[in-house]
Amino acid sequence: MSDIQINIINKTYPAIEQAGSHTAIADLHLSLKSGEFICLVGPSGCGKTTLLNIIADLDRDYQGSIALSQQSARPKIGYIFQNPRLLPWRTVRENIELVIEDSLSGNAIDSLLEAMQLTAAQHVYPERLSLGMSRRVSITRAFAVDPDLLLMDEPFVSLDAPTARQVRALLLSLWQQRPHTVLFVTHDLREAITLADRLIFLSTSPMSVISEIIVPIPRAERHDESAIETFRQQLLNDYPAIKQLL
Amino acid sequence: MKLTKQLLPLLSLLAFLALWQGSAFYINNHTLPTPAAVALVFWQACVSGQLPFHLGVTLLRLLVSFSIAMLLGSAIGIVLGRHKKLDDFFDNWLVIFLNVPALVTIILCYVWFGLIESAAILAVVINKLPSVIVTIREGARSLDQDLLDMARCFRFSQRKTLTHVIWPQLHPFVMAATRSGLALIWKIILVVELLGRSNGMGYQLHLFFQMFDVASILAYTIAFVGVIQLIELIILKPLDRKALRWRR
Repeated sequence: MSDIQINIINKTYPAIEQAGSHTAIADLHLSLKSGEFICLVGPSGCGKTTLLNIIADLDRDYQGSIALSQQSARPKIGYIFQNPRLLPWRTVRENIELVIEDSLSGNAIDSLLEAMQLTAAQHVYPERLSLGMSRRVSITRAFAVDPDLLLMDEPFVSLDAPTARQVRALLLSLWQQRPHTVLFVTHDLREAITLADRLIFLSTSPMSVISEIIVPIPRAERHDESAIETFRQQLLNDYPAIKQLL
Repeated sequence: MKLTKQLLPLLSLLAFLALWQGSAFYINNHTLPTPAAVALVFWQACVSGQLPFHLGVTLLRLLVSFSIAMLLGSAIGIVLGRHKKLDDFFDNWLVIFLNVPALVTIILCYVWFGLIESAAILAVVINKLPSVIVTIREGARSLDQDLLDMARCFRFSQRKTLTHVIWPQLHPFVMAATRSGLALIWKIILVVELLGRSNGMGYQLHLFFQMFDVASILAYTIAFVGVIQLIELIILKPLDRKALRWRR
């Protein structure tokens, strides 16, 4: 896998009727190392989803570039949307099969489904799934494409705390088995510290990087909530500007 | 309760037949024959092979013109629904074609191309096409952009996107166009046959009209309505059930 360079010089939404044009992102430069888990932390509405959509090539109306350092082709991307966006007329398994090349064997899908505890639900239609299960299917689908870059847009929002904890643990275990570069958007600092190798704090209107902080807590100790809380307090004391973002 | 639900349509049909029989008995005139007289004519027309032949010819015309109108209309509807500029350009054309009376199109097709089979089919297609386009265009306009973005992000091919993302969303619109289309097309075909063909249900009905043979008119009508109901039961309803099996 290659490193990924994100350089967005400007992203502006055009004026609509009485609302003037709005610059969402300006001079945003990020370098993502291969296999790194990065959390983007910023206030609601600061443009995080816009950034992910640009990276995913869903929004081409911007100035800048997204590139792998070792090749010119666009990186292969797995996107876990805020809303799971499953095809309701396809079963769980079909939703996953659809995103992968025909060459990937049934066994590979079986093992992914098993890792996300979805084997029993594989022939069920999404309308019959709980939100937590739908999120797990969405995560499985994104991992199934074996992406260079995994984009996650607040995937645990609106889940109750125990379900979010369970899905987060499943995500981490899958990521440790199949490490990909991950860009995870959240406005929950505790969640970001629990998951990330590196935290990137973003400002609003226009969005740009305020600070980047490596999380020094070893992964084995991340289950210790007091360690997470201590680091969070330390961050808030050392970087008062962060408080404004949360 | 369940028995009542099953019996109700049967009772309704019997009530209709009784009303018909009563009216025919009261009028006592060949302009309204009894159900039994119509059944006898129906049986004789079937045995002679006349009814199956003319019904078959009309159904073939229906199948060809309906297929062309649905395929062409769906394709154009999707394109117009997804491309606003094209839609703006062709919208007036659609309004014009929607409002041209069916009879005018049929006459013009016969005048321009002659009393030939392809002119008859063309006339039916031109009559049905605008309403298919309008229905499918509405469906294409209301496609879920989130799902289309998902397909683009995961690099679905165009064919995969059409089959798995777009088509299932268009299904209710296609079924609406199909049902209204069948009802509309067979009525237009009868006029087409009446004006310019020498076989088919329309031609036969015209013949019976000239002979004031109301029993035959009713026998042929019942046969045709029965076939359309069979299409609904054997093809459309199972298609609906299969396509919507994912719904709770």
